[in-house]
Amino acid sequence: MTNDKLSRRRALGVGVAALAFPAASGALAQPAVGRAMPREFNLTLSHVTANITGRRRPAMAINGQIPGPVLRFREGEEVVINVINRLREHTSIHWHGLILPSGQDGVPGISDGFQGIDAGGTHQYRFPLVQAGTYWYHSHSGVQEQSGIYGSIVIDPATPEPFGYDRDYIVQLSDWTDETPSHVIANLKRDPGYYNYNKRTLASLVGELRRAPDGAARSAIVSDRVMWGDMRMDPTDIEDVGGYTYLVNGHTPAQNFTALFRPGETVRLRFINSGAMTHFDVRVPGLEMTVVQAHGNNVRPVTVDEFRIAPAETFDVLVRPRDGRQYQVLAESMGRQGFAQFSLATREGLPALPLPPHRPRPVLTMGDMGMNYGPSGLDRGTPMPEVDAPGHVAPMDMGGMDHSAMQMPAGGSQGMQGQSVGGMNHGNMTGMGHSSMSGMNQPAMPGMDHSSMRGMAPSSMAGMNHGNMPGMNHGSTGAGAMGGMDHGAMAMPDPLVNDVGAPPGARVLSYRNLRAAKPLYPVREPTRIIEIRLTGNMERYFWSINGNSFSQAQPIQLHLGERARFRFVNETMMSHPMHLHGMWMIPQVGNGAENPLLHTVNIKPGSTLDVDIEADAPGGWAFHCHMLYHMETGMMRKVSVVSARQAASAR
Amino acid sequence: MKIKSILTAAASAVLAIGALQAAPAHAQAMPHSTEPPFSHEVFTGAVLFEKLEYGWGLDGPNIGRWDGQAWYGGDVNRVWLKTEGETARNGRVESAEIQLLYSRLIGYYWDLQAGVRYDIRPRPDRFYGVIGLQGLAPGMFEVDLQGFVSERGDLSARAEVSYDAYITQRLVLQPNIEANFALQKVPELHVGSGINDIEAGLRLRYEFTREVSPYIGVSYERKLGDTARYARNDGEDVGGWTFMTGIRLFF
Repeated sequence: MTNDKLSRRRALGVGVAALAFPAASGALAQPAVGRAMPREFNLTLSHVTANITGRRRPAMAINGQIPGPVLRFREGEEVVINVINRLREHTSIHWHGLILPSGQDGVPGISDGFQGIDAGGTHQYRFPLVQAGTYWYHSHSGVQEQSGIYGSIVIDPATPEPFGYDRDYIVQLSDWTDETPSHVIANLKRDPGYYNYNKRTLASLVGELRRAPDGAARSAIVSDRVMWGDMRMDPTDIEDVGGYTYLVNGHTPAQNFTALFRPGETVRLRFINSGAMTHFDVRVPGLEMTVVQAHGNNVRPVTVDEFRIAPAETFDVLVRPRDGRQYQVLAESMGRQGFAQFSLATREGLPALPLPPHRPRPVLTMGDMGMNYGPSGLDRGTPMPEVDAPGHVAPMDMGGMDHSAMQMPAGGSQGMQGQSVGGMNHGNMTGMGHSSMSGMNQPAMPGMDHSSMRGMAPSSMAGMNHGNMPGMNHGSTGAGAMGGMDHGAMAMPDPLVNDVGAPPGARVLSYRNLRAAKPLYPVREPTRIIEIRLTGNMERYFWSINGNSFSQAQPIQLHLGERARFRFVNETMMSHPMHLHGMWMIPQVGNGAENPLLHTVNIKPGSTLDVDIEADAPGGWAFHCHMLYHMETGMMRKVSVVSARQAASAR
Repeated sequence: MKIKSILTAAASAVLAIGALQAAPAHAQAMPHSTEPPFSHEVFTGAVLFEKLEYGWGLDGPNIGRWDGQAWYGGDVNRVWLKTEGETARNGRVESAEIQLLYSRLIGYYWDLQAGVRYDIRPRPDRFYGVIGLQGLAPGMFEVDLQGFVSERGDLSARAEVSYDAYITQRLVLQPNIEANFALQKVPELHVGSGINDIEAGLRLRYEFTREVSPYIGVSYERKLGDTARYARNDGEDVGGWTFMTGIRLFF
């Protein structure tokens, strides 16, 4: 009695044709000899005209619908999926979150042997399903995802799940724009504030000053304005893109997608954020939600009132509406530009409940800057081509080190560059107790072993400006480690807490609440720490990793069988949901062996987080920010997982 | 021949910019792993006419004025086209210049630019080599600094600073100031040495869309020193107030 009540017609956005029925030529038509033949699915991509907002606009659809059909698989089976490209352009389909061979992952130029699907062509994917849960799929070519090439995947488990429910609905959130995605990029490139109509203005300054209680508050308001101006940054820049209509399974708020229930039933809601650029804050006034799966993996059930879901994330929650009234499920965009909403109701056809007023729009603070007063000169996010040696991404530029004198004999390394692309404000590092590094001006620095630098709290180097400790995020040291650190009177906001503007006392999901129900990997120390600084240039609207856009960068090389630790340092003012294909990411959130398994880890502005990766999947994998326009403008890398022998021979 | 010399100057300026990048370029030449990066840079462009206006001189002639720029390119390397000019009474074009520049991002907020400028008016028409720095200064000031060397070897410079003060989300007050300098007299162009002229303006625009914003404004212009003397000798005004209306276009 698990999934069979999935109300397919209703769980889908665009009507009855929503399900990708197994093709007739598939398993049904053929006798099973020995083991079952793989089931076969057909996805046909085509140009369509969509009318979401009242205007007929060009869009792209899968099997004629947006979102595409639900692909319903069974754990343990093998499936064949034929993708028929009737678009006038190149395409691809990526199965987001699925663990499969690199060649089936569907990223042109990165997945092994896959160069995309030409216009008019057909590509056959074939892979076994080694997992269960809620996932999704989307185009990995250009910005087609924004145009409508996305759909959901549900993999029914081979063994019963540790929780029960009576009804099962997919809630696929997305953001629709009437503009063409290429136009959106062009607008952002020529004016990063193009879509921001919530800038600070003189009018808002007058309002703020009038509301200020005293002179000190007024001068603080003014000096804050001056400071942001000096940084040449905009604290109101929460969401890059505007003009979105937010959808639930393709339904606008007014169309009021409705999930039916009978009072007393338990309803499973499979939230999938397929938004190109939108973080949603989700709540159901009057109901609490029990999170049972995160990113397809069972977690120890945790009951919350609200959660934030970053692009590409999935959370499965259970709700138990007791009375027969209509409940409104609200998914408010992080920048408060709009709502996606749908109804939980006992019958179809009810009008949508009126939307509540928006919660206060967040404004970035100095904490979101990692306490560094903005990029200065060449030291942050600059496009200078840093050289990333495979497997060694972090040429850290320590103040007094003479790089010209350094040789880098370590594996496949191309030497460290002297230029400081890093984002280290060297002047601020003097107080860091570098006693152990005083000998660094030496000819040999084997491999630049970051682990030996432990004593200086590497994570804190993200924040850099140590004179201003409040707001520094030590998240990557893990909660446990933080306990032992004597930070005196410093305020240390948890970098994993999501400030969704919930009323006091509300329980809001954080990664720290996620405990893997069945950890896949034993705990062990990482073999290497690889620094992943999230960088970019808001003025130019390009994004990068360690200062390099994708087009400039070398792959990150991991050795098969190693456990690498990605030390994320978000130097930008935006959240970046970082997605690694093919392997689970294990954020070090302080839950030890039960740290959750995620395919996408949201890194908040100015924060740092350590994320472990068991490199158990050989081949080429994409690694990128899942904000679509961040990826498209450069925040992407290839991760190559190679055996030690391959790595040696490449040298 | 003069064109040739100016192109040589421009080329050397471009090479100078390239030299700044020598170290990373060298780094790139080092051995790489086999896979070439797949993704390409996003190439895009924009056209901005900051000024497209007609002004009524309080004590001088009515003038038309344009000031526009356009760029195309990737994240770091771009091609810029800049043009500005003025018409005097009876609609005659008094000054008109066009610049073609190569532009390279050299910091988070700054472009180093180099190229050529051609002044169609005033007569005699003239080519210049240009080197410039354009970007956003602390405090959110848009800055454009340019140095010129004419085909005759005359040196001059121009500085422009402007600021967008958002009064509301769509109502924007833009003060700006522009000054021209010359290192030596250029009598045939009626240019003295030192500070030639200063222009300060205040424009209030309404952004119906980001693309189209009509504005009204006032500006004060003043020729100085020998440049002013040249103007007086010609019976021209040396400066004054102008009220103007115009439209700002951004595509």
